[in-house]
Amino acid sequence: MNSASLLGTPNPTAIGFFLSFVALTLVITWWAARHTRTTEEFFAAGRRISGRQNGFALAGDYMSAASFLGIAGLVSTSGFDGLIYSTGWLVGWPVVLFLIAEPLRNLGRYTFTDVVSFRLRQRPVRIAAAIGALAVVSLYLIAQMVGAGNLIKLMFGLSYETAIVIVGAVMLAYVLFGGMIATTWVQIVKAALLLGGAALLALLVLAQFGFNPLRLFAAAAGRYGAGVLAPGKLISSPWEAVSLGLALMFGTAGLPHILMRFYTVPDARAARQSVFWATGLIGCFYLLTFVLGFGAMVLVGHDAIVAVDKGGNMAAPLLAEVLGGKALLGFIAAVAFATILAVVAGLTLSGAAALSHDLWVSVVRRGEAPHEEQLKVARMASVLLGVLAVALGLLFKGQNVAFMVGLAFALAASGNFPALVLSVYWPRFTTGGAVAAIVTGTVTAAVLICFSPTVQVDILHHEHAWFPLKNPALVSMPLAFAVAVLVSLAAPEPAARAAYAAKEQRMILGEP
Amino acid sequence: MTLGLLSRQRWRIATALSAVMTLVYFGFVLLVAFDKPLLATLIAPGLSLGVLLGALVILAAWILTWYYVRWANAHLDRRVSEIRAAGPPA
Repeated sequence: MNSASLLGTPNPTAIGFFLSFVALTLVITWWAARHTRTTEEFFAAGRRISGRQNGFALAGDYMSAASFLGIAGLVSTSGFDGLIYSTGWLVGWPVVLFLIAEPLRNLGRYTFTDVVSFRLRQRPVRIAAAIGALAVVSLYLIAQMVGAGNLIKLMFGLSYETAIVIVGAVMLAYVLFGGMIATTWVQIVKAALLLGGAALLALLVLAQFGFNPLRLFAAAAGRYGAGVLAPGKLISSPWEAVSLGLALMFGTAGLPHILMRFYTVPDARAARQSVFWATGLIGCFYLLTFVLGFGAMVLVGHDAIVAVDKGGNMAAPLLAEVLGGKALLGFIAAVAFATILAVVAGLTLSGAAALSHDLWVSVVRRGEAPHEEQLKVARMASVLLGVLAVALGLLFKGQNVAFMVGLAFALAASGNFPALVLSVYWPRFTTGGAVAAIVTGTVTAAVLICFSPTVQVDILHHEHAWFPLKNPALVSMPLAFAVAVLVSLAAPEPAARAAYAAKEQRMILGEP
Repeated sequence: MTLGLLSRQRWRIATALSAVMTLVYFGFVLLVAFDKPLLATLIAPGLSLGVLLGALVILAAWILTWYYVRWANAHLDRRVSEIRAAGPPA
């Protein structure tokens, strides 16, 4: 059937669905623009998003094309191994709930840097944390933009460059005019579409197996051997497994665009409800992608999937074509495009907040910028990030960027998470400790990735990699914690220590 | 209940639940790393132990999330409003 696949040819259904999505979201943006007059509305949607709405938006922000197409693809080619990623990405959410969500909402205004710098000296901490945030956002943007260009080329038959420019322009329209209000609703619509589409596909798959997933898995094992139900080649050594697990589990709690979403709700209780919804939705989504992956393995077949894309990324669209023809393929392709737009908009907004709120307003202007200036700088920063996203997308054309999502999680887990958690819970944490944690975690993770087999062997085709692990979190995250503790104990900061009681009060009770 | 006491109670619950989640997930990951044949054991046609445990990790994440939200909605929020009602601390 592969020869008959319509992938890569301009598909009127896909384009129709996609244009409807863009039209709908631009109407939302037009409506949101009329309610975006203050910095608080631009960055935090006026804090009027409900817990359930924010749960959907968090899910929409988190379920990227990498997890939809990538995990379905990984499952369709390697079976069980996809579960290692799915479970890792899900178990980060309870950790966000227990340790981060409520204190973050009570202590900050727009960025996680607000919380890290709360009782410390503002300028050094802001600079370090903003750089940590921008590093994660940039890597994530590269992965998303290059993925967008390739996918859209495969699915719509548009050129890579056209695809990148369309994504950049539409996304910038949401952010620039509609700010966080538009971005939130785009993410909610996208989450509903993606979950609905995945559920529909899964139902159609299961309908062929008497609605019993075990019969589907058994069919896969019958055709490709029982190995598809067992751990395969993804995890080669125990250290590798633990290192990947650490990055997946604690990376979520250090992603700037996810953390920023907690400021859009009115209080800590709503922040808590939003993680409850997000965890439920994302868990369902990963269970569905597991079914889709096996569905593609059985109904489309290994060879047909790999023939279209070596990484298996087209498994879900190919499955849609087999199950529902051109119409369903068009719908799923449009959903994948919408997915990328929603994630990129969230990333751009969080990068803009780091640039304007953390660096310009808090560091350059020392928190004394007039209101109109804050909003103007926020919009200028959004344009800058939008242009940067398009430029990065064009610059990294044709590069293997699959490892960059993993790197973004490793950087988030090593650079941002230790400083955030220590600043919230450890009274003796100091300015020096915070800066040291962020710098050590970010630099160590980035350097070790450069010397890892992913870059040295897979990309540069060297014989040997100096650092044995593909994921650096096992070294970089504990190192960041250790350096933070040592620096804080070596040079105590009495003012920060004294301010902890007030911080603790606000962390529990909220703003006075 | 004083604020300090409530804060410590929240910390204990938050770290305990985080520890449980970490143990559950890394238990799964370490089994993947160390005992692949065990996870390949078929429990039923089409269901290996590995797939079952992976689904249970997702279930565990849901249960722990639900438990914390229930505790915080019922207990934490009530104590917080009591402390707020008692007026600002000296």
